[in-house]
Amino acid sequence: MNFDFSEEQVLLQEQARKFLADACPADLVRSALHDDAPYNEELWKGIVEMGWTAATIPEEYGGLGLSYLELVVIAEELGRAVAPVPFSSSVYLATEALLLAGSEEQKNLWLPKLADGSAIGTFALAEGRGRYSPDGIYTGFSNGKISGEKSVVSDALAASFCITVARDSNSNEVGLYLVTLNQDQAISQQALNTLDMSRSHSSIHFDGADAQPLPAGSTDSACLIDQLLDRAAVLFAWEQIGSADATLEMARDYSLERYAFGRQIGSYQALKHKMAHMYAKNTLARSNCYYAAWALNTNAPELPVAAATARVSATQALFFSSKENIQIHGGVGFTWEYDCHLHYRRARLLAVNIGSEFTWQDKLVSATQQAA
Amino acid sequence: MDFNDTPEEAAFRQKARNWLAENAIPESELEGDNLIHRHRPWLKRLYEGGWSCISWPKRYGGQGASPIQEVIWNQEQSHYPHLKTHRFSVGQKMVAPTLMEFLEDRPETLERLLPPIASGDETWVQLFSEPAGGSDLAALRTRAERDGDAWLVNGQKIWSSHAVEAKWGFIVTRTDPTVPKHKGLTCLYLDMENPGIEIRPIKQANGESEFNEVFFADVRIPDNQRVGQVGQGWEVAVTMLSHERLAMGGENFGVDYEALRKLAGEVCIDGRPAIENAQVRAKLADFYCVEAGLRATTNRAISALSKGKNPGSETSINNMVIGASTQEIAAFALDLMEQAGIVLDESTQESSFFQQAFLSIPSMRIAGGTDEIQANIVAESVLGLPREPRVDKNVPFNELPGGK
Ligand SMILES: Cc1cc2nc3c(=O)[nH]c(=O)nc-3n(C[C@H](O)[C@H](O)[C@H](O)COP(=O)(O)OP(=O)(O)OC[C@H]3O[C@@H](n4cnc5c(N)ncnc54)[C@H](O)[C@@H]3O)c2cc1C
Repeated sequence: MNFDFSEEQVLLQEQARKFLADACPADLVRSALHDDAPYNEELWKGIVEMGWTAATIPEEYGGLGLSYLELVVIAEELGRAVAPVPFSSSVYLATEALLLAGSEEQKNLWLPKLADGSAIGTFALAEGRGRYSPDGIYTGFSNGKISGEKSVVSDALAASFCITVARDSNSNEVGLYLVTLNQDQAISQQALNTLDMSRSHSSIHFDGADAQPLPAGSTDSACLIDQLLDRAAVLFAWEQIGSADATLEMARDYSLERYAFGRQIGSYQALKHKMAHMYAKNTLARSNCYYAAWALNTNAPELPVAAATARVSATQALFFSSKENIQIHGGVGFTWEYDCHLHYRRARLLAVNIGSEFTWQDKLVSATQQAA
Repeated sequence: MDFNDTPEEAAFRQKARNWLAENAIPESELEGDNLIHRHRPWLKRLYEGGWSCISWPKRYGGQGASPIQEVIWNQEQSHYPHLKTHRFSVGQKMVAPTLMEFLEDRPETLERLLPPIASGDETWVQLFSEPAGGSDLAALRTRAERDGDAWLVNGQKIWSSHAVEAKWGFIVTRTDPTVPKHKGLTCLYLDMENPGIEIRPIKQANGESEFNEVFFADVRIPDNQRVGQVGQGWEVAVTMLSHERLAMGGENFGVDYEALRKLAGEVCIDGRPAIENAQVRAKLADFYCVEAGLRATTNRAISALSKGKNPGSETSINNMVIGASTQEIAAFALDLMEQAGIVLDESTQESSFFQQAFLSIPSMRIAGGTDEIQANIVAESVLGLPREPRVDKNVPFNELPGGK
């Protein structure tokens, strides 16, 4: 038993933090909130050069073949930096979907491109508002073509292809389909205004677009989607705790600088206790993330419970930390200039991206019922 | 990172598991009116089998086991919740490590005191809190005055758990009231059968009487029962308190996720098992996250320890979080029973354990340092926030208001 990262992993983390401190300062995130670019290309180039997009792709497909323990370290740092890049869509979802369920041909074609940054992928699930369930999927696939409407898709404006959840009109089964996004005749995208414009979102209308099923092997396709979401949940959770810890540090630092009534505001017990609670929530979430990282890395049977636990606690920790960080800053916390709102916005995006807190609470209990 | 056992760990786990399967005493065979009496035969069996306080050195009654082995043992033992021996934890988890640190150079004393702690033959009482000194422990007033090669102790302790059963007491006294309050303290241990000691049980809010008032009238304690230097009492006491806070996986009165999940499968909402209700599921999930998070946090700390690293500050959150969260679970469990939630049926242990726990849980947020004090500790020693203003820091104790 060993519940800790290796020295190499700790080194990787330091390196990642340094890189992002230079390449992704808060001003870059702030400006990404109102420029038109779907993502910051220069930062993305740097990230690709660091090898992060190639991390868990096996060497035979042009990747580095690292473990998920390396990937979670990177995820944490990207969360801490609120990086305005399509990493989660491309790496946690598109790459993972291909690794889980892609055909040899699909993997040979796309994984090397994902690894070297010449392609970005994303994942399209949601149709309309409300919780995902297979019954709510109306996007249809037949005879190699896909038609339907995906209401909110992250990073599709940056992506070359999209792994899409759709229903096979013959078998009536819901499955995963790979759709390239350069089909101007058959695909139209509408950019969306969102809470966090540092990451682009759009709605996608498919009108008989070419699509290939991901064969999935022997796994039942509904299970496959759950598996994909469980795996992504761990990685999202690590981004969330990266951001949560960053907000706690901001709050602490500010509370030591700012004086009121002749004292540092951080000396008032109301704020001390608030920050102690931020720390407690972040620590619980982090420990749950450790366990989930292990479960992901070893494909342990505990993964569904571990992933949902990490996801729920990280979502809660980040919401708490990001909102109370604003509170601790007072008026300046509510300005565009200060960085508090960057995390507050991103917290919401991350919270709903692959299913809300409420959705994952439900999954968590189901997973414990199945494990019992 | 690897949550699987190494081959050696797996072998150790198997050994522990086999031993427990063969030796665990069934609940029906536990006898006695309090948990100390009920669990004594079990501790004896553990001790004789070499499974009590396994991380202690062999000469003091342990097995010299590694921290990870201790984790494995605790995990295996937790499958027998009726055999949880937390009533012995004052001696085993608080006093013993403190003695080992401060009486390191007196192995013969340790050889006398520690093995009976491991075997459960002798229990201890922590004599720290006083009417005038709880959170502010250093405000305590019980005096110890030098009398030849002994100390004469006069004063009063309060909230002293299991003092009635205890063979030994571990006491913090004031030996010098003319210096600031943290500097004039000294720790001693004493035989609770000493003349001059009077123990009065206090009836608690949950109806039981586990804690007591303890009065001292000219109680003589030999100087060779001093722990640490004269005037070093604060440091010794703080060491013991930090062991108290580390005494991981303490009492939760059986209130945990599994208990709640079971209940939610039994009671109904609108004719369906409550566990199918979305709101119930959300609550359950939240409890699970805290419980799993605390477990994983403890494991991280132990992992660091086993690598010879400082266990870090993470475990300091345990005490801040566990009481409040357990209290929420218990209240929610009672709500799930609706009107029946108030019924206290004392005929069996199981029938109303949520109700009984509900009445006992407030103590979790007070004993061993209140939630607020724990939050101060996290804020100050983990986050580096300013210390509480202390008006009494540099003033001699006997010049403080009420300091006489
Ligand atoms: C079941 C039980 C068993 C116990 N067993 C033992 C035992 O075996 N041996 C022993 O020595 N003691 C024991 N105690 C005593 C326990 O350690 C004290 O009760 C505890 O430290 C609080 O002290 P107090 O009761 O004097 O409350 P106070 O210190 O008077 O606290 C009252 C309130 O003020 C708050 N408060 C005080 N100071 C601060 C501050 N600086 N900042 C914010 N809030 C503050 C507290 O959080 C609390 O809410 C036991 C207590 C209980 C409930």
